[in-house]
Amino acid sequence: MLTPVTTKNWSRPGSHTLEVYRSGGGYQALTKALSMAPVQIVDEVKKSNLRGRGGAGFPTAMKWGFVPKGTGKPIYLCVNADESEPGTFKDRYILENDPHMLLEGIAITAYALDCHRAYVYSRGEFKKPSAILDAAIREAYQAGIFGAKVLGTDYALDVHQVRGAGAYICGEETALLESLEGKKGWPRLKPPFPAVVGLFGSPTVVNNVETLANLPAIIENGADWFAKLGTEKSGGTRLICLSGSVNRPGVYECSMSTTFRELIFDPQLGGGMPEGRRVKAVIPGGSSAPVLTAEELDLPMEFEALKAKQTMAGSGGVIVMDDATCLVRSLWRVARFYAEESCGQCTPCREGTPWQARLLRKIEEGRGEQADLEMLVQVASSIAPYPPIGLGNTICPLGDAAALPVHSFVQKFKLEFQSHIAQRKCPFGDSPWGHFGAFG
Amino acid sequence: MAEPNDSSAALTPDEQRRLDEGLALVLPHYPEDRKSAAMLPALRLLQSIKGWLPPQGLELVAQRLAVSKERAHEVATFYAMFHTKKPGKYVLDVCTNLSCSLRGAEELLAYLEQKLGLKAGQSSELFTLRETECLASCGTAPCLQVNEDHHESLNRKKLDELLSKLT
Ligand SMILES: Cc1cc2nc3c(=O)[nH]c(=O)nc-3n(C[C@H](O)[C@H](O)[C@H](O)COP(=O)(O)O)c2cc1C
Ligand code: SF4
Ligand code: FES
Repeated sequence: MLTPVTTKNWSRPGSHTLEVYRSGGGYQALTKALSMAPVQIVDEVKKSNLRGRGGAGFPTAMKWGFVPKGTGKPIYLCVNADESEPGTFKDRYILENDPHMLLEGIAITAYALDCHRAYVYSRGEFKKPSAILDAAIREAYQAGIFGAKVLGTDYALDVHQVRGAGAYICGEETALLESLEGKKGWPRLKPPFPAVVGLFGSPTVVNNVETLANLPAIIENGADWFAKLGTEKSGGTRLICLSGSVNRPGVYECSMSTTFRELIFDPQLGGGMPEGRRVKAVIPGGSSAPVLTAEELDLPMEFEALKAKQTMAGSGGVIVMDDATCLVRSLWRVARFYAEESCGQCTPCREGTPWQARLLRKIEEGRGEQADLEMLVQVASSIAPYPPIGLGNTICPLGDAAALPVHSFVQKFKLEFQSHIAQRKCPFGDSPWGHFGAFG
Repeated sequence: MAEPNDSSAALTPDEQRRLDEGLALVLPHYPEDRKSAAMLPALRLLQSIKGWLPPQGLELVAQRLAVSKERAHEVATFYAMFHTKKPGKYVLDVCTNLSCSLRGAEELLAYLEQKLGLKAGQSSELFTLRETECLASCGTAPCLQVNEDHHESLNRKKLDELLSKLT
């Protein structure tokens, strides 16, 4: 049986209110944290093996450790609630169902970092989740949880939510900082990393919503408890967002060792494939993550296991495509996204992403040649070669994110691309989107 | 499409007051010397008051935050949710990204185009129809954003009911 961490309150009526959160023991972890030395909290988080849930899976305590001490500048905490990676919708559920768990996590983290000002940057389209979070922030101020004296101590903390306005790139941490500074979201060249020069030129930690929502449980139950829930190198559980061609799409809290097969076929989770259909392809961690084939479903959804297979656990967005789905059209759609969202700052990404989309359109519409397929891989390689992941030629990893799906789809499903070229049409005709692809 | 000299584009004294009151709530959350950081909240306020970001409004925001009007314009045009041209009364954003397309979004968009007599990207007095990127509703696909409200797990019947209310 899975021990739920981040979803444990979701089924309680009124779970988004302070009263219900407190009645389940909420904010006791903060009380405990405030009696600890900040360095003890960082140590606990280190031992817990908590890794970032925003995409890169970076060890959280290590990131905090990069913040320089005694610079005389304020330290900022920025919470990434921009959630825009296609296939990802878990942070929204945390904001809607348990905003106080996030707020308690923010307070614990800010205290551990000696930070007195935290910003939550939430995506502009999150009208409802943002309203729920704002209400929770107001409750926390009224209850003396935020403000000049956090829970009656001498520690002061201001927490403020800022809403984005519709730009995927602002989820990238340095673009997020630019946007928070009131500018367009153009990523910054690194180094310097945000931990050293971040918001307003000050040391800054950027963490994902789900990452911080784990903090209360770690402080309350201890690092060992949290580490044991996970695998050797990844502590805790994960929120998985399941979508596409599967009977029960939704957000599920899973163990790190859950396999894609279990996720899709467990009656309590995905509930299996639609009648008569089989899995053809699975995107394991948001649309940037290299695709898996039906033969790879026994992999667990843990960070290291997926990295070893040249893909990534990413943002936990799992998208299932069935055997009646056209993968050329699927990839074309993914490629259009990155072309649309490129900020235009680097040449390979600005020129390469629409080029990928044009070539894919040509192949999907039956006008493609073998040379187009070769050119497609060449264009993707000029943005970011593969494998391995992470050698991109661009300022930010959006370039890699745009190239990786192209590389992996073409490598693993080459025949499907070739049959489009040979038949001079899409073999799936007018219904390329698989079992659920019609609008009824 | 509203022209920059459209009389509705200027802010009335009452609208200016609402903008300033809204700003007064936001500014204390920024360091003293960083008030220009409040650009996104300020533009959001302006759009909630005027329904879009008219040039006179952008100038006022720039003035209040002590930045150039070019800077305000640069930010306003970067973000998809900001309207620097007056949109229809209802902005319909259809997500056609992968998870939604796997659940019928392409046909949903075609159905809307036919019903409204608009192509994606076009506007009428009442509607602006756009194709948009993932709205974090992939598990409840297909979905549609109307102004800022999400409508999820759509089918033809639900969509028809929704449209009948948009008058
Ligand atoms: C193009 C791009 C988009 C991203 N979008 C998000 C996002 O929406 N939410 C998020 O938490 N992280 C996103 N990230 C990752 C962030 O840059 C950053 O690594 C993360 O917020 C760090 O938090 P964590 O260590 O807690 O995971 C994105 C990265 C890139 C390159
Ligand atoms: S890789 Fe693309 S999105 Fe990232 S900075 Fe360069 S152009 Fe902008
Ligand atoms: S793909 Fe449409 S909401 Fe995510």
